[in-house]
Amino acid sequence: MNPLSEIHEGLGISFDAVRANKLRSTLATLGIVIGIVTVTLMGSAIHGLNQAFIKSISALGVDVFYIQRNSWFQDYDSWMTNRKRRPIRLKEAEQLSQKLSMAAAIAPDIWDDETVKYKTRSAPLVNIVGTTEEFLETSGAGIAEGRFLTAADGEGSQPVCVIGSDVVSNLFRGDPPLGARIKVANQSFEVVGVLQKQGSLLGWNMDNRVIIPIRELLADIWNRPSIDEIDVKAADTTRLDEEREELRQTMRHIRHLRPDEPDDFAINQQDQILTLFHNATRTIAIVGLFVTSLALFVGGIGIMNIMFVSVVERTREIGVRKALGAKNRSIMLQFLVEAAFICLLGGIIGLAIAWAATLAVSKWMFPTSMSGPIAFMALLVSLMTGVVAGFVPAWRAAKMDPVEALRNE
Amino acid sequence: MSLIRLQNISRRYKMGAEIVHALRGVSLEIARGEYVAIMGPSGSGKSTLMNLLGCLDTPTEGSYELNGAFVSETDDNDLAEIRNREIGFVFQTFNLLPRADALRNVELPLVYAGIPAQERRKIALDALTQVGLADRVHHKPNELSGGQRQRVAVARALVNSPAILLADEPTGNLDSKTGNEIMALFEELSRKGNTIIVVTHEEDIAMRARRIIRLRDGLIASDQLVQHPTNPAVHEPALRDT
Repeated sequence: MNPLSEIHEGLGISFDAVRANKLRSTLATLGIVIGIVTVTLMGSAIHGLNQAFIKSISALGVDVFYIQRNSWFQDYDSWMTNRKRRPIRLKEAEQLSQKLSMAAAIAPDIWDDETVKYKTRSAPLVNIVGTTEEFLETSGAGIAEGRFLTAADGEGSQPVCVIGSDVVSNLFRGDPPLGARIKVANQSFEVVGVLQKQGSLLGWNMDNRVIIPIRELLADIWNRPSIDEIDVKAADTTRLDEEREELRQTMRHIRHLRPDEPDDFAINQQDQILTLFHNATRTIAIVGLFVTSLALFVGGIGIMNIMFVSVVERTREIGVRKALGAKNRSIMLQFLVEAAFICLLGGIIGLAIAWAATLAVSKWMFPTSMSGPIAFMALLVSLMTGVVAGFVPAWRAAKMDPVEALRNE
Repeated sequence: MSLIRLQNISRRYKMGAEIVHALRGVSLEIARGEYVAIMGPSGSGKSTLMNLLGCLDTPTEGSYELNGAFVSETDDNDLAEIRNREIGFVFQTFNLLPRADALRNVELPLVYAGIPAQERRKIALDALTQVGLADRVHHKPNELSGGQRQRVAVARALVNSPAILLADEPTGNLDSKTGNEIMALFEELSRKGNTIIVVTHEEDIAMRARRIIRLRDGLIASDQLVQHPTNPAVHEPALRDT
């Protein structure tokens, strides 16, 4: 008898057995159902969390280097030593644009929060960004109305600004913003453009900001000697490593660093955040999946128990089957298929519940999604649980002595 | 040539600390087409002998040759195959699978013989028709009378065309009328050339066979031919010609 028709035979038998013991099978399945629901929800939640996070940092381009004094992630010691680093200067951004061959756009950046006024209304803590026309490219921002800053604006003849959509809704309340004048730190700026809604970056509202030519800000308002960062967008995203290296060498050259001196600046990239985040979610995933798989384990024990009962109950049937020519292997397979069938049934029910729960969660709480691979894994895991849990009972059934089994009442 | 040849067979069991000598050196030959009854009081070893003949068990000592193969030297798997091919069992308690209908029960040995579904169905239907149950194929055991259940069991025993039909108290759970019907069926099968071995403790059942082997204390006490079998089956045709 070939294995395929044995499995077919086993499926028929287990289908009958499940139908004959509906309540018992349902209760036995419950553990698997709960296990699969928790494991699947956990997987989907982590998946959703990852997606949400990637979306939340999408405002940081994958191909943009952020030159700053400090690395985004550093320990206390390096923070202490890095305090002595030279600040980033506007002049360095200009030198970079002359020397770099790999840059698609270079934008110097400085920012702080200020109160912004329009007519009698005022909005506190608006993010003021000083930059150049190339910021449009490095930041990935889009223009909704009007225009962005131009090179001519940068020369500083006319004080102009571009504002975010939240500034429009907070200050203008229906007034047309284009051509209006707003006051930042008692300086007057004409609104020449409105940015498209961008959402938030790591919880930081990107739409509540006013963008002003950087010279204006440095000279007239804040009177600061240095800037916060230089954003460099790479020209070729397939050669990011080489471009990063060119950027580093050029910066060192600009700063006249001797070969034995370490870098006194940091080049930050989006993937640093991603790496850190993935490390964190990986830990959550491992711990979470371990805890939830305990539920599945308990479910598996339940199945093992019910299979032992089933084997004992059907001792006589096993005897008859053996007398009629069933080999040990056939009996073993019959009970394995039955355990796997019950577990798979539980897996399918669990998956259906988890799917409904995922829909509910993403509708009312946070975005999650059940991916195809997760669903497939859940079914595979429930099937394997059945095979593992059914193994010992099936082995016991297969090893039964036909004479003893037939004598059983 | 004998179909069955037992040579100096003994079988011992361990029961706790005690060793039970169920058979103490039995030698026996049965030819193809014989109709044999094995008799003996309880404890005489007749169940053990039946289990050995049916290849459900193997002897502690001695050799058993069935249809040219030495059964005493084979393993579990080969024994299963021999049972499937050579032995048709009929039990006192019928031993039908309760959740399966008559057809499915009769198909079972064919399933283990690896015969494809369609062919299986056809052979099983034929077997059920032979025992007069063509109109009951989709009834489950609990929807059949005792006699009908035993007929299903006989059909199941015959469906693989085995070398031996081995019946253990086949009328033990039947009233005398249905018991007679089953015995008539056996006589008919015997006349058609089947080899039949019936294990029983009832004298009148044994008297229907052509040969009676009596056991006592694990040994053959007597082995006689029956001169005038009672109730020849001719008067009670149990098999319907198909």
